[in-house]
Amino acid sequence: MDYSIKDKVAIVGIGETRYYKAGQAPISEFQLALEAIQKAVADAGLHIEDIDGFASYSDDRNDPTRLAGALGIPQIQFSNMHWGGGGGGMAGAVGNAAAAVVAGYAKHVVAFRALAQGQFGRFGQGHAGARVRGAAAYTAPYGLMSPAQMFAMRTQRFMHEHKISQEALCGISLASYKHAQQNLRAVMYGRPLTREAYYNARWIVEPFRLFDCCQENDGAAAVILTRADRARDLRHTPVYLMAAAQGTGYRQWVPAHNDPDYATSNFKTLAPRLYEMAGISPTDIDVAQVYENFTGGVLMSLVEHGLCDADEAEAFCTNGNLEWPNGKLPLNTSGGNLAEAYMHGLELVLEGVRQLRGDSTCQVKDARVCLVAAGPMVSPVSNLLLRN
Amino acid sequence: MASENNVTTESYFPDGMPLPAPMPDGLDAPFWEGARSHTLLVQRCNPCGTFQFGPEWICHKCRSNDIGWARCSGRGKIYAFERVWHPVHKALRDKGPYLVALVELPDVGNVRMVGNLLGDPQQDVAIGDAVEVVWEDHQDVTLVQWRRLPVK
Ligand SMILES: [Zn+2]
Repeated sequence: MDYSIKDKVAIVGIGETRYYKAGQAPISEFQLALEAIQKAVADAGLHIEDIDGFASYSDDRNDPTRLAGALGIPQIQFSNMHWGGGGGGMAGAVGNAAAAVVAGYAKHVVAFRALAQGQFGRFGQGHAGARVRGAAAYTAPYGLMSPAQMFAMRTQRFMHEHKISQEALCGISLASYKHAQQNLRAVMYGRPLTREAYYNARWIVEPFRLFDCCQENDGAAAVILTRADRARDLRHTPVYLMAAAQGTGYRQWVPAHNDPDYATSNFKTLAPRLYEMAGISPTDIDVAQVYENFTGGVLMSLVEHGLCDADEAEAFCTNGNLEWPNGKLPLNTSGGNLAEAYMHGLELVLEGVRQLRGDSTCQVKDARVCLVAAGPMVSPVSNLLLRN
Repeated sequence: MASENNVTTESYFPDGMPLPAPMPDGLDAPFWEGARSHTLLVQRCNPCGTFQFGPEWICHKCRSNDIGWARCSGRGKIYAFERVWHPVHKALRDKGPYLVALVELPDVGNVRMVGNLLGDPQQDVAIGDAVEVVWEDHQDVTLVQWRRLPVK
């Protein structure tokens, strides 16, 4: 595939604020965004004046015009929002930033996400209105309204089709919590999770217990992308994009759960494109960062990226394969959405960069290739392959 | 299809839950009017016969805008289900667990509908269980609910 972004763009800077429990940030969401962007610029060894593009997703409230005004950025040459709710656009925002760089629209694009839900509405709350119309009319009156409730249904079907028990979900959750214990940034640092505690936790919606669900946090994260030839002169080992993909499958998310292919993380059409662009296969992946809205989506994502077979997924997720340092495929090595912080998944891109710089607190030895997958079960979803 | 024991005025949920209303553009009005008269309707494309739900302005298969409505028997099977423990709506605060089913309807192209599975929320449920529709009448709108059929 000669007409792609492959190897033409690198992530050269990463920055994040301190991560807080939801509602506990002492500063505004906008200030959090400013701080993460400034830190990413400093990490790259660039100047704020170098930034000329912005990319985000999931209706980020922090408008590039306001950010650029506050930061004193000379001009915006690219500003872009990836469509879709949830975290499905996390890798897509990075992919869009890369596309802008390759197209020559902008030279140094920041992909960012800031979240302080306490200052706005929280996710996961039901409809407040007395009447619901459109797609919600077929679900909300029956108490099917939150993301957990939407995704548990799909997960239940997937687990039924492939005879997978709760053990697989437990294995995914334990890996994230284990990795967070090495990571001082993690909100769940110092709060290890045992198998017993996992099973003793309350049900949210079967098959999800409390520790199958992502946290809600306040904070912000940002990454800076620029052309590969410029990247080599900057401070850190460039982390190159081998491939980026975004999209959705046939009639996904038509109303009332009528997606023809229902029990899916929605990566079936993306994963082959991603591997084709990168020119690699799943066996080349050393470490994976997979967005956990809920553990069930991670399970399906691993399968749909060819990292394990559906009918062997339970064994794969419970035999220590996902755990650093000895696992075959260490997963969410910062603790991810479950245990580091829910920066709508962007913290997973930062962790991918750390792994390829050799800077992770759960550093995979000789890591060369990292998969980042965003938003399982939503539409559209997106993914990235990074290399050093 | 709808014998009188397929109708209830007893609500599965306490008062205060959102109720459905037709879209202002009229797209799904026939569905909600059907429910009101205890008739389960899904769209069927007149030229090609494709069933679809939720309603769309055109047929997703042949893109015709000549779409009619077909009557479903109200018999289906559970395609997926979930038992919800953590309520996210204030009306459900003291409700305890409840069951939501995703029901597949074989006589109308296997389209799916969501509803509550009536009865004991702790009942044993399995994917594939046979169900039939139960009409839950409210003042000006009717919900489509489901009840498991006895195993033959
Ligand atoms: Zn048609």
